[in-house]
Amino acid sequence: MSSILKVSSNPHVRSKDTTARIMQYVVIALLPAAAFGVYNFGIHALLLILTTVATTVLAEYIYTRCMKKKSSIGDFSAVVTGLLLALNLPPMAPLWIGVIGGLFAIIVVKMLFGGLGQNFMNPALGARCFLLISFTSIMTNFDCDAYTGATPLAVIKSGEGSVALTDMIIGRTAGTIGETSMIALLAGAVFLLVMKVIDLRVPASYILSFAVFVLIFGGRGIDGTYLLSELAGGGLMLGAFFMATDYVTRPITKNGQYLFGIFLGVMTGIFRLFGPSAEGVSYAIILGNLLVPLIEQVTRPAAFGKRAVRKGGKQA
Amino acid sequence: MAKLTFHGGVHPWDGKALSKDKPMKAIVPQGEMVYPLSQHIGAPAVPVVKKGDRVLTGQKIAEAGGFVSAPIYATVSGTVKAIEPRRVVTGDMVNAIIIDNDRLFEEVSYTPNDPEALDKKEIVELIKEAGVVGMGGAGFPTHVKLSPKEPEKIEYVIANCAECEPYLTSDYRRMLEEPEKLVEGLKIILRLFDNAQGILAIEDNKPDCIALLGGLVENEERITVKALKTKYPQGAERQIIYATTGREINSSMLPADAGCVVDNVDTIVAVYHAVKEGRPLMNRIVTVTGDAVRDPRNFYVRIGMNYRDLIEEAGGFKSEPEKVVSGGPMMGFALFDLDVPTTKTASALLCMTRDEVSMMEPGPCINCGRCVEACPGRVVPRRLAVIAEHHDAEAFVANDGMECCECGCCSYVCPAKRQLTQSIKSMRKTVLANRKKQG
Ligand code: SF4
Ligand code: SF4
Repeated sequence: MSSILKVSSNPHVRSKDTTARIMQYVVIALLPAAAFGVYNFGIHALLLILTTVATTVLAEYIYTRCMKKKSSIGDFSAVVTGLLLALNLPPMAPLWIGVIGGLFAIIVVKMLFGGLGQNFMNPALGARCFLLISFTSIMTNFDCDAYTGATPLAVIKSGEGSVALTDMIIGRTAGTIGETSMIALLAGAVFLLVMKVIDLRVPASYILSFAVFVLIFGGRGIDGTYLLSELAGGGLMLGAFFMATDYVTRPITKNGQYLFGIFLGVMTGIFRLFGPSAEGVSYAIILGNLLVPLIEQVTRPAAFGKRAVRKGGKQA
Repeated sequence: MAKLTFHGGVHPWDGKALSKDKPMKAIVPQGEMVYPLSQHIGAPAVPVVKKGDRVLTGQKIAEAGGFVSAPIYATVSGTVKAIEPRRVVTGDMVNAIIIDNDRLFEEVSYTPNDPEALDKKEIVELIKEAGVVGMGGAGFPTHVKLSPKEPEKIEYVIANCAECEPYLTSDYRRMLEEPEKLVEGLKIILRLFDNAQGILAIEDNKPDCIALLGGLVENEERITVKALKTKYPQGAERQIIYATTGREINSSMLPADAGCVVDNVDTIVAVYHAVKEGRPLMNRIVTVTGDAVRDPRNFYVRIGMNYRDLIEEAGGFKSEPEKVVSGGPMMGFALFDLDVPTTKTASALLCMTRDEVSMMEPGPCINCGRCVEACPGRVVPRRLAVIAEHHDAEAFVANDGMECCECGCCSYVCPAKRQLTQSIKSMRKTVLANRKKQG
């Protein structure tokens, strides 16, 4: 009898949460935006999404096999990466863009650094920036059957013409596959908040600080329509709720998360208002990712019972 | 009013329904009784009997081995069979006195006291002589706790009635069935501290206890009942002090540094027995529970009884257990072997048909932050675990590793199923051992 008893350290019970379940929730939360993207841009968008996801999953599977490690695709994180990357691509980009981006995200940004949890940069974003630099014209071409010309942010930036705010909120505009619909993105975000996969610390401090930045430096005073357009347009919603909240690449400490969010808000503001392009979310988040170790270092919480001591109270 | 609580913590399935409505049942021990000489923190007790001696129930068989130590009493009558190493719940072999139970239960006589007529020194002496130790799990000798350097600075005596560990119902039964002893015991302790208020701190999942004890202390000027939010580990010493008084202490401080003394339910009842009835510590309540047990319930157990006999009394196993835990699921010890004795600190025996932990494979940390959120010690378990795996003692201490109370919350919440508590715990052990070596 004694030989069959299992012995291990406490605790002897565990919560129901698993990595795979969390990743599945993220996939579910991205589906409204993906579905709207397909509805908005047509069948090519769907093919691009499927190609990209298939690439990331296969790449991870083959990589782990070649390295003679256990396959890790069961944790669904490769699906999340593929889906996020696809939603960040222009709707008419050729399918091979998805393949190259997917390979880069998984092999270079994720696996070479040691796989899930070890990468210091969000793989999907890393790949997007790589594509932007390598294939600039493809990645910045948002012409498609439904819309010709510029994205709403570019229109606003140029100061010529305007885009109806309702169109921006619903998502009937040009842009990447998954970024256009504020409503679809918020629906997914609410789902993640309710399921306690994410909390509001990073997204709220990001969006609020960005809004404040725009109010101060936007040069249009308190203009509600302009402010809302800046919030709804471009990759802000997708970035704030789905990419800045990526566990692996945001700080783990509470105060660090607020700091991180504020940093992203300010950087996005700088890129958008003063940079050459109308966009800025991706670069802001990647820059933020690089600062995470530093942010975590300066925001380490005071252990229980040590607050008083740190504040100069009695040293025990 | 905001509920009294602390930062962090988790809400595991509480499993208390299995045994909570089963009254305490006394067991008559049959076979040999085993009394490990280390059932407490501090120096082992020293035997005062030898092989072949006949002893009576209630007779002292080992005396305290120092100031921080506690004597041990026989809980049956019989003959000393041997003094030899025996396995205890932690898996270690510990020197123990073995008594062959003659089933006559001949008992020594005790001299009851009137607590009002005793002075402080006499009260502490009675508690010390009775071998009372913290029965919530730590086993710190109670007379030491009750002898702080500056007793007049103690402002609160907290009766820890939280019983926050899942499955445990022993304190609950004690509060329901013998509430007067708890209150009387608390009053005795309050006699030692002239400036202190007594607090009965109870989790709000036990409204019946709150009502019952609240009624009992209605006219007691120095005692109040405080309801705490139900959350694990509400009953951890530092957390309960914070919840009831708003004071924080760290690992290198004592509750007395915050003007507090904390004792758990069974300990306070033992104080009552020791002082009022003059009876040494011989019994405790043990919850025998879990899905592998036929009839989960609460037993009034004579210390020294074999665990196997407890399970027998609970109707035996209805299914083969995969894991048996001494204590609760969050902080208890998994047993190698059922053949170990009940000690002063054994609060429960939890028998699980399936060991879900062994079926979960740890994956890579995804940095989700759940462990940080759940940690009542406000440290960063993920980072501490990594440091611990690299055996970097210096960084471990610098990152407040010693502030971990080993509550298990971090491992509990981790979606990657990492063994955070285990890594941190073993590193703490190493650091403590090194400190001891350096003196
Ligand atoms: S809970 Fe587990 S996965 Fe999450 S940060 Fe902590 S160690 Fe990593
Ligand atoms: S680090 Fe220690 S105190 Fe914090 S949750 Fe883990 S076991 Fe509990």
